[in-house]
Amino acid sequence: MSDISLQIDGRPVTAREGDTILDAAREAGVAIPTLCHHADLEPYGGCRLCIVEAESRGGSQLVASCVYPVEEGLSVTTRSEKIDRIRRTLLELLMAHAPDSPQLLEMAEEYGAKRDRFDASSSFCIHCGLCVRYCAEVKKKNAVGFVDRGPKKEIAFIPSIASKECRDCKECFELCPTSYLQAAFVLTESLAFPHESE
Amino acid sequence: MARINSPAKLDEFIKGVIDGRSEGRTCVTLCSGSACHATGSEAVARKIAEQLEEQGLAGSVDFRRTGCHGFCEKGPIVVIDPEEVCYLQVQPDDVPEIIETSIRGDGIIDRLLYVDPVSGEKTSHESDIPFYKHQRRMVFGPNRKIDPTSIEDYVAIGGYRALPKALGDMSPEAVIDEVKAANLRGRGGGGFPAGIKWEFARKAEGEPKYVVVNCDEGDPGAYMDRSLMEGNPYCVLEGLAIGAYAIGAHEGYFYVRQEYPLALKNLEIAIARAKELGLLGENILGTGFDFHVKVHRGAGAFVCGEETALLKSLEGRVGEPRPRPPYPAVKGLWDRPTNINNVETWANIPLIINEGAKAFASIGTDSSKGTKIFSLVGKISNTGLVEVPMGITLRDVIYKIGGGIPGGKKFKAVQTGGPSGGCIPENLLDLEVDFNKLTEAGSMMGSGGMIVMDEETCMVDVARYFIDFLADESCGKCVPCREGLRQMQGILTRITMGEGVPEDIDKLEALAEAAQGASLCALGKTAANPFLSTFRYFREEYEAHIEEKRCPALSCKALISYYIDPEKCQACMRCMKKCPSDAIIGAKKTIHIIDQEKCTKCGECLDACPTKFGAVTKLSGVPVPPPLPEDRRAFVRKSKAK
Repeated sequence: MSDISLQIDGRPVTAREGDTILDAAREAGVAIPTLCHHADLEPYGGCRLCIVEAESRGGSQLVASCVYPVEEGLSVTTRSEKIDRIRRTLLELLMAHAPDSPQLLEMAEEYGAKRDRFDASSSFCIHCGLCVRYCAEVKKKNAVGFVDRGPKKEIAFIPSIASKECRDCKECFELCPTSYLQAAFVLTESLAFPHESE
Repeated sequence: MARINSPAKLDEFIKGVIDGRSEGRTCVTLCSGSACHATGSEAVARKIAEQLEEQGLAGSVDFRRTGCHGFCEKGPIVVIDPEEVCYLQVQPDDVPEIIETSIRGDGIIDRLLYVDPVSGEKTSHESDIPFYKHQRRMVFGPNRKIDPTSIEDYVAIGGYRALPKALGDMSPEAVIDEVKAANLRGRGGGGFPAGIKWEFARKAEGEPKYVVVNCDEGDPGAYMDRSLMEGNPYCVLEGLAIGAYAIGAHEGYFYVRQEYPLALKNLEIAIARAKELGLLGENILGTGFDFHVKVHRGAGAFVCGEETALLKSLEGRVGEPRPRPPYPAVKGLWDRPTNINNVETWANIPLIINEGAKAFASIGTDSSKGTKIFSLVGKISNTGLVEVPMGITLRDVIYKIGGGIPGGKKFKAVQTGGPSGGCIPENLLDLEVDFNKLTEAGSMMGSGGMIVMDEETCMVDVARYFIDFLADESCGKCVPCREGLRQMQGILTRITMGEGVPEDIDKLEALAEAAQGASLCALGKTAANPFLSTFRYFREEYEAHIEEKRCPALSCKALISYYIDPEKCQACMRCMKKCPSDAIIGAKKTIHIIDQEKCTKCGECLDACPTKFGAVTKLSGVPVPPPLPEDRRAFVRKSKAK
């Protein structure tokens, strides 16, 4: 694989072909916030917190650094007023679901996000998809999946799979930035496959 | 019929079809697209066939059921060729008279002609009707002339000349160069130059390659792709085969909405007939070029019109967009190079190959060539599909072709580009319609929807309506679209309910910035346009709703009240009888009062009150005057009182 030279925040950086901007930045020690990203999983590009400004061939656009491949001569800006403002809005949108998530609170402080700017939602799920993707990609069980679309999208355990696979695994629990996943599991478990009464 | 195995044999076949048709023979055509189906063309068709038979004309007069003619406002439409006598809104009972007067005789039936709404003048020939006269129907025109199930009809009007020309006389690169030189831009919304896209796919490494027709038309009020697919599927099929040859693909897919049954049916017939004649399948026209197509039915998700979501759906997976790059030209269907274009884009290809890029590019503006089909709907006299050269002004489309706003109302805005397009106000009516100009005005070409709005349309409510639609259709993968639209929906709904607060505008602007800047796909990136464009041009309406709790268009139910002016009420009881919630208090010779507590604001009373009285009005932003005391409600006729 050939080396690719680019600039991140004005610093020359060398990356490998096929790397994403996020890979290159992390290697160079530049911090970019992420939420739905996980080293063991395919990049997803769902939370969009990792947006950066990518400039090449005279054009500049905001891209999700976790999915955007590096290009020769690319110039990346990881923070600007606009980027910070958008990250703040995104965090505020997520905090409408999970105002007490430690991960979100930490980032909120950095970007000045208010936890109650937008109307609160009854569901804590922030749809990062970590549980769904971990179960599908790493465990290859597909015990939890997304249902419905748009604002109605939710995660759901599939009882027939979850009843066999989940009790001894639960590896996804610690990936969840909110407590929703556990709640969803407990709910499915109690409705569909309760522990036999002792 | 046997497969045609060379371009020369195809010429013979075409010559045979044309020779078998006598020029000047009378032909009755009836529009049978979905829109006319809804206005009863099926019954008219049965009647025409039956009457021709009964009157012994079946052998000497042709009867052709065609696709959509575009003038849907006036359907079903009967045109009698070769004279082009055009009858509108034809009902089964009109048929015997049409046959007697205009087919047996050469008379004209006055009452079925087009009447100019202003001058009252009648027009008997199709091409003289203003709706048609100002159009340029290069792609959509053949719809009127052919039975979409008949490949013979298609070749008789010039079809299947471009495919043999491309396969026989042109290299794939030459075809791409021609499309590039024509500067045909994608008609589905993006406006990306088709030739350049084709070149990417041709040069991309990997086999097999695929070509795809995007017929997942999902914009509310837009139906040009449906009408093309229903009315002239061969044209799309021919364009697709040429594209496949140019790119080096041997397999193609039609992605058609499940909700388009007639399009699906006619397309299946077209594919079967083309296969039978050797215009599709193995070794097309003996040139060694193989091309097979399959039809896939989309299950009705708006987001599947986005190319990466469409491809996932084709693969049988959840229709969610994925990040680009890589673009489908490099990594598309099953990770293979794929070229995807919209129906109308494909339908332009035979034209470009036949007429040449130069002729094509002579029409239009610097940035946009050729014509564009728009579906002109909303508060417009002549609802329908119109094909116009790029660069025509919005004013010409709305007034010359569309016939202006009905009911003497005032024009307010035209929404172009589908749900994520924008609203363009009156002072920009002279804008020349092309890809760049519409984008500069804060809207977009999109797939060509044009929704006309009059003074009674509330622009905040319009933004709310489109944001509702987009929120419902968002796939939900990325935060700025899924969560952003949900919050925008809530805020806009609150504003139309009179519960808006000044901070709402800041919030909407922040959400719009995040959606535009950070969304994954084009749906999210453009989803804020309904808010942004209405806010840009109609800011005062937002302010009136938020600050004065007033809806200037008198449309938002929560902000209006119906009121009967006691000075004007004639105590006629018409409104009382219509009121579905018994909210009108009154009696004979007693002035009527609306009980505001009971009123559901349905507007029946306003419609019922005779225009000459004009007693019922809508109020907004002002308190409703207190009702007259009961002892003063006796109605006294003014003339007698004197």
